[in-house]
Amino acid sequence: MFDMNPYLPHEALIIERIQEAPELFTLRLEFTEPEIQHRYKFEPGQFNMLYLYGVGEIAISIVSDPEDGNIIDHTIRVLGRVTRGMNKLKKGDRIGLRGPYGRGWPMQEARQKDVVLITGGLGCAPVVSAINYIQQRRAQFGRLNIVQGVKHSDDFIWKDRYDQWRELPDTKVLLAADVGAELWPWHIGPVTVLFDQLEFDPQNVCVMMCGPEGMIRATCDHMLEKQVLPEQMFLSMERNMQCAIGHCGHCQYGDKFVCKDGPVFSYDKIRDLFAVKGF
Amino acid sequence: MFFQTDQLQHLLDNLQAKGYACIAPQVRHETIIYDEITSVVQLPQGINDQQQPGSYSLSANNGSKYFDWANGPQAIKPLLFAPTEMLWSSTRNADGNISFSAVEKSEKKLAIIGARACDIAALKIHDLHFLQQQFVDPYYQARRENLLIIAVNCSHPADTCFCYSTGDGPFVKDGGDIVLTELQHGFLIAAQTEQGENVLSKLVLQESTAEQCAESERIKSNASKQNRQLPKLDVKSRLFDELDSETWHTIAEKCLSCGNCTSVCPTCFCHSENEVPELDGKSSSHYREWDSCFGQGHSYIHGITIRNGTSLRYRQWLTHKFSSWIDQYGRSGCVGCGRCITWCPVAIDVTESVAQIVEAP
Ligand SMILES: Cc1cc2nc3c(=O)[nH]c(=O)nc-3n(C[C@H](O)[C@H](O)[C@H](O)COP(=O)(O)OP(=O)(O)OC[C@H]3O[C@@H](n4cnc5c(N)ncnc54)[C@H](O)[C@@H]3O)c2cc1C
Ligand code: SF4
Ligand code: SF4
Ligand code: FES
Repeated sequence: MFDMNPYLPHEALIIERIQEAPELFTLRLEFTEPEIQHRYKFEPGQFNMLYLYGVGEIAISIVSDPEDGNIIDHTIRVLGRVTRGMNKLKKGDRIGLRGPYGRGWPMQEARQKDVVLITGGLGCAPVVSAINYIQQRRAQFGRLNIVQGVKHSDDFIWKDRYDQWRELPDTKVLLAADVGAELWPWHIGPVTVLFDQLEFDPQNVCVMMCGPEGMIRATCDHMLEKQVLPEQMFLSMERNMQCAIGHCGHCQYGDKFVCKDGPVFSYDKIRDLFAVKGF
Repeated sequence: MFFQTDQLQHLLDNLQAKGYACIAPQVRHETIIYDEITSVVQLPQGINDQQQPGSYSLSANNGSKYFDWANGPQAIKPLLFAPTEMLWSSTRNADGNISFSAVEKSEKKLAIIGARACDIAALKIHDLHFLQQQFVDPYYQARRENLLIIAVNCSHPADTCFCYSTGDGPFVKDGGDIVLTELQHGFLIAAQTEQGENVLSKLVLQESTAEQCAESERIKSNASKQNRQLPKLDVKSRLFDELDSETWHTIAEKCLSCGNCTSVCPTCFCHSENEVPELDGKSSSHYREWDSCFGQGHSYIHGITIRNGTSLRYRQWLTHKFSSWIDQYGRSGCVGCGRCITWCPVAIDVTESVAQIVEAP
């Protein structure tokens, strides 16, 4: 019975640690029990609960490719108690891992469609998993638009990756910073003003978003104006998560549990409450 | 069927012989709590309760009945969903390897005696939440499988009770193993499950008389006359129509955000997980503990508290309980037990709050 205990983490080994930016790092993980690693399957946009020994568990998105069977990548921003501790881990260290949880991006549904990926804030991991996925299967998707907005241009990370993505066929990469440092070559101002440069067919597009809810709200309004259906607009949400299995109640969003009904929702499912203070 | 009051001890003895610990009401700290008993003399005989918003007291009525009161601060919930419990522990050896082990599942057989209709309605909600969704909670499940429920129909609802209005009481419809109705002299008894039948078969019972059944009907009809009720309007959609109502703020001025209501509420399921490392550094334990949407940390995500004030928290509690709960579990999250009214230190009455919000013009 306790084999199926959904609360219990399993040991995972850090097979690589990559420093992405000063306060951002990637842990490449593998379960130490081959049986568990073998059974483990996930989809872009799903997340795991990572356990730091003696400190606690946190929800972190999976950014590696679902078909790279043997590795599980997590890109983590250093913020508080748990992430600060995880930042000190090295290759060869061990942590606890359980998952995957939740519903991910509609990658199957997005096939053959134009795709617009919009992120705001700092290194938004859930959308990165979708970009990576499309990059590996570029021919299966229509025109690709990647939009990233940051508060300050110094917050912009992963310049290399954006440069790489810009080289993909039929792909537009647009960047904006609310405040730009000297020599910031891209747009200064909110991401929304970049939207007129997007190239997509509103009848045949899939929009994927993550970031501050105000920005997402503005994006959704814009997309609705362009006649994009709310069913084709997807966003990944964040709420406090303790259990990730729909029991602890912390991630409730109206009648939804973000951990199991989300974290990715189509806009029509959550529209009524979206950006309402207190939910 | 009917049995004489003196058979009650036999019932306890039989259950104990079957390996059950009998959890039953008893007077402690001037309230009625549920804990293990071995003898009927431990039951609260000849006791009434007086409940009002923000107050609870007991008095002796010199009668012989054991269940002449409505409810205490809690009943079944803590037996299955423990206020705090260890889920698993981890150890780290010198090489840095971490191993995890789940807490052994509970094998303890519990028979709860004197569960009320509202408690059983709440239990059914928790069964749905912890056992019948995508993930099964093994800790709850183990205890649930070892629980026998001997329910008692209510004869004396408190002033705070409104189970008749929620459709959950005062008599038990289903969900118990055995249901008792306490009459002036003796009990009516009926089994609702096979397990219940088994227990019944070991007792000396008589056919119930028409008079006894009529007495039971009278008790039911009297107990259905309750002082409080929920508004008959469409509470579910009205609450979400009124998210901006001023009334949330008016209530919040009074509310202490203490979370007493969520902790006495038999349906609230929120909990947090905490890590307690051992001092030697070699092992660490992972606990869960009841939590409340009235707490500061409940809606915290780094740098933001989504519900950073009492009015937003009170609104979460009420909209969840009486509205989004219906979408989640097919019924409201309130079974009308009135506990949150009685145990609110500032006497906020949930039925009044709902009415104030939904009856706004
Ligand atoms: C579905 C999902 C996916 C996520 N994916 C990533 C990711 O890929 N990379 C990344 O860097 N971060 C991600 N986060 C956010 C990450 O969970 C928080 O940054 C992390 O919990 C902060 O923990 P802390 O102890 O360091 O911070 P503290 O501020 O000390 O937080 C204390 C505790 O509050 C809770 N908490 C705080 N912030 C959050 C939050 N945003 N979401 C949920 N619980 C929180 C956690 O239990 C945390 O341990 C994700 C969150 C969710 C819900
Ligand atoms: S909301 Fe109040 S009256 Fe309703 S079930 Fe919970 S504690 Fe009882
Ligand atoms: S969110 Fe509040 S009302 Fe809902 S179960 Fe949790 S503590 Fe109870
Ligand atoms: S994280 Fe516990 S219910 Fe969603």
